[in-house]
Amino acid sequence: MALSTVYRLIQQHEEALLAEWIKAQQRAKRRAGAGVMTQEQLASESAGFLRRFMEALASGHADTSNAAWEGVRELLGDLSRSRARQGFTPSETALFVFSLKEPLFSRMRASIKDADELGTAIWDATTLLDDLGLRTTEVNQKSREEIISRQQQELLELSTPVTRLWEGVLAVPLVGTLDSARTQVVMESLLQEIVTTGASIAVMDITGVPTVDTLVAQHLLKTVAAAKLMGAECIISGIRPQIAQTIVHLGVDLGDVVTKATLADAFRHALSRLGLHVATVAGR
Amino acid sequence: MEKIPILRMGRFLLVSIQVDLHDRVALQLQEDLTDQIVKTGAKGVLIDISALELVDSFIGRMLNNLTSMSRILDAETVVVGMRPAVAITLVELGLELGGVRTALNVERGMELLGGAAFGRSKG
Repeated sequence: MALSTVYRLIQQHEEALLAEWIKAQQRAKRRAGAGVMTQEQLASESAGFLRRFMEALASGHADTSNAAWEGVRELLGDLSRSRARQGFTPSETALFVFSLKEPLFSRMRASIKDADELGTAIWDATTLLDDLGLRTTEVNQKSREEIISRQQQELLELSTPVTRLWEGVLAVPLVGTLDSARTQVVMESLLQEIVTTGASIAVMDITGVPTVDTLVAQHLLKTVAAAKLMGAECIISGIRPQIAQTIVHLGVDLGDVVTKATLADAFRHALSRLGLHVATVAGR
Repeated sequence: MEKIPILRMGRFLLVSIQVDLHDRVALQLQEDLTDQIVKTGAKGVLIDISALELVDSFIGRMLNNLTSMSRILDAETVVVGMRPAVAITLVELGLELGGVRTALNVERGMELLGGAAFGRSKG
């Protein structure tokens, strides 16, 4: 059985093979100018992989999705994930596995004399390693996607702060395009803040919203309606001249929502609704 | 059978919805509330839905109906204590409860209805 041949070979030359493999990886890394990895880390990862690889080989299953390969898959998964976080590219990650081929094959050539046997052994080993290498690429890709979606989420939260302007007055400065996902976040955080602070007026400032089309207007109106259901009045402020024109040209009906040109106007309106006014102190 | 209590507080009635509103319960509530408004001559109704976690179009319509009925009997209605999730759901359903007045909690609702009258009657 060719798998057992590979297994025997690795077992016989484990230490030498490991040393050559690590050297090959370092060579490849220098060529590619890849990211930072300490030598100890590389050595321990390589040794761990080789050990588990042998365990899996001993089971005699050639299919890497078999339970016998669980250990190897797990190790490669962890490794790819941690490398993705460190900013390694997928090919650099796959190189970890592929670079084992060179030392392994030269060992095979040296110790297997029969050409047929050598061919089968190399073929078996290369299929296995290719398979595992592709697996690392896949995991690497997936973890990068996870990172991206997490960042998107963070960006979403960053861009929707709800602040208190005055006792009972909240401000929501909106920055960036308002799509349905963001509207949802804005709505949730605004309503939650209304409950916690007991605010009765909320000012939505759209100075930072680049364009207002019918969809964005609809999202704004939805938020206003939800706030109204909670017993709070909404004011939309920060409407630039172009946006006022666009809203009218599009035929968007803002209903009886109070709109103001600037946040200052909206604040003044909010204060007057609360029966307050700002005055200059006499004698100053 | 489940029944929703209607409490009299001065010139107002307080309806606190604490159970799931099935059709039967809702119809019973409509009947009880209109009876009570006529009997007590209440000028305002507060519907507290702070315990309501799930809403559908039926409940939205029912709130609208209760408001309209009270208005015909010359009592102002305020729906109070709506949870954020409920508000979002209603808006997503397209039920913005146009004719219904809303307030954050019972206290604000009282203020909206003219809390001074309540204060006097309590004292």
